[in-house]
Amino acid sequence: MKRQYKLENLGCANCAAKMEHEISKLTWVYSVSINFLTTKLVIEFEDNMKERIQTEIEKIVHKYEDNVILKRV
Amino acid sequence: MKKEIQKVILSILLYIIAILVPANFIIIKIAMYLIAYLVAGYDVMIKAIKDIRNKEPFGECLLMTIATLGAFGAGIYHTFNPVGDGFPEEYAESVAVMLFYQVGELFQSYAVGKSRKSIADLMDIRPDYAMVFRKDILEKVDPFDVEMGEIILVSPGEKVPLDGEVIKGEAMVDTSALTGESVPRRLYMGSEALSGFINKNGVIHIKVTKEFGESTASKILELVENAATYKAKTERFITKFARIYTPIVVFLALGVAVIPPLFTREWLIWCMRALNFLIVSCPCALVVSVPLSFFGGIGGASKKGILIKGSNYFEQLAKAKIVVFDKTGTLTEGKFCVQNIMPVGISKEELLWIANYGESYSHHPIAISIKEAWEQIKERGEKFHQPNISDIREISGYGIELYLDGKEILIGNAKLMELHGIRIQEAKEMATIVYIAMEGEYKGYLSIADKIKEDAKQGISDLRAVGIQKTIMLTGDRKDIGEEVAKALGMDEVYTDLLPHNKVEQVEKFLQKKKNTESLLFVGDGINDAPVLARADVGIAMGGIGSDAAVEAADVVIMQDEPSKIAMAIKISKKTVNIAMQNIIGAILVKVVILILSTLGIANMWMAVFGDVGVTVIAILNSFRALYTENL
Repeated sequence: MKRQYKLENLGCANCAAKMEHEISKLTWVYSVSINFLTTKLVIEFEDNMKERIQTEIEKIVHKYEDNVILKRV
Repeated sequence: MKKEIQKVILSILLYIIAILVPANFIIIKIAMYLIAYLVAGYDVMIKAIKDIRNKEPFGECLLMTIATLGAFGAGIYHTFNPVGDGFPEEYAESVAVMLFYQVGELFQSYAVGKSRKSIADLMDIRPDYAMVFRKDILEKVDPFDVEMGEIILVSPGEKVPLDGEVIKGEAMVDTSALTGESVPRRLYMGSEALSGFINKNGVIHIKVTKEFGESTASKILELVENAATYKAKTERFITKFARIYTPIVVFLALGVAVIPPLFTREWLIWCMRALNFLIVSCPCALVVSVPLSFFGGIGGASKKGILIKGSNYFEQLAKAKIVVFDKTGTLTEGKFCVQNIMPVGISKEELLWIANYGESYSHHPIAISIKEAWEQIKERGEKFHQPNISDIREISGYGIELYLDGKEILIGNAKLMELHGIRIQEAKEMATIVYIAMEGEYKGYLSIADKIKEDAKQGISDLRAVGIQKTIMLTGDRKDIGEEVAKALGMDEVYTDLLPHNKVEQVEKFLQKKKNTESLLFVGDGINDAPVLARADVGIAMGGIGSDAAVEAADVVIMQDEPSKIAMAIKISKKTVNIAMQNIIGAILVKVVILILSTLGIANMWMAVFGDVGVTVIAILNSFRALYTENL
């Protein structure tokens, strides 16, 4: 399934690239794209992860920028 | 942001005080530098600690902290082991590097904020509310909650919130947000109103025909926002490059710090040089500015009414060499229209009067075009009486015979005239010819053809000016008509009598023949040519406004029905790709030069800081240019 999140306070482009890379390596993620300028994250992933996806992404995002707020759109 | 600025200003003041403290108060001077350093860099240091915890050895903050603390350490070393007379310079350098880094970050976030805002402005077509009639009361609601079939009211100054049909009132609307066209359009009863139009002067009632999510404004917003998801090759290259760049530079730094001193024993000098490496080790300039360039290009293009559905298409458009056009609906209006009226012995109006009433019972496209021509004449206010029509006989493949006010009329092709033994002057035009005779006497003919779009010729010659080597037309029409249009437009090749699947085959052939460094564009109107749009390197749909099929199938959508916009799209793409390349080459070059100069001991820390944040800011400012498409 596919979901979109808004990454509020995303401030560092290189961090965004690193987040994208790390998320893309998760086995249950088909594809992920972070747009630094619209601060949008688009992710396609295995259906059975839909309960946990937000916390899983948050973990990775906060590793690089801890003041980012993840909002589903 | 405000807090950050205050912090930087405070640190600068402390820094100046530290410089002013006389060199004999060593402890106070060092303490002042240290305080200035901590004020400027405490948050960087906190993040550095996080980097360590996250096992992220190449974190920007960590490297910056190592570099500046290293310099500070060198200062302390020189305080106890002086080399010259003066106070060690490293303290000032260390603080300055941290300060400049922070100032640069501020600039960077300002610039990013600014570009995010210009994107948001672009998105300004999103309507905030809709005024809807419910039980005769006007209610202000979220456009999401309006259903199809409801009646909405749009007052002057308001945006049309949903697509629909005008059922009452009249107004001039500004369509520029959707089409890039600055001349306002008049809406009246029966016109189609699209969400995103801005009402300039009248009050109009609109019957909603599409839900908000399906309305034009939402569609366009979705398209522009998602455009950057399809990354350009250059962008993907930069992301990959960024991942290896930092580790490479850090290992080089280690090399510089360790290897030469093994021979020279000058440990401190080489360590200082290595610290410069760490400062320029962030690929930020590239990671921010390259996507920003493409995003600017998408924004700039959409201001011109050109929607580019992904950054990857910029590169394809920029290297376009062949443009294949569909004829009908793309280069021509796709609608029959009376081109010439050639009467014999009567006036043009009389001839058209006969044709109009003669064809008045027919629904054939030819008959419709004649009626339209007649309506135009009537609008000029000339008076003609309504004739008595009787004994209509339609002879399939020939035309019509009838009586108008008791006179025998023949309207049809040359064969019909021949059948009745009427001598005609054969018309030489490449069009459908309708001959007319009255009471056995030839009265003239009308030529009916699909009209070439006004700026089609300009569009083709513009393409040549932007480096297109070949323009090709594909059409399902007859050979003579197709060739005539191609000649009139000055196109290089034309292929006629093609069925839709033949068009795909033709395009396949062109694709096989072209070089890899070139790309092929296909321009269609989205009707019947979706497979070709998908097959070409870039599929461009013309007049996409309101046509969902075209928007779905194409890679680039030209909102207004103007062939000249294709050359514009190519120009914008070339500019965008150029800007991205300038940023890449410029940033890498500066960094490499600074690395070399640092190794040679020529570059100091100041230059290294410029190589980091200075370059980033310049690259961001440069990518802003992609947004401006006014003077192309």
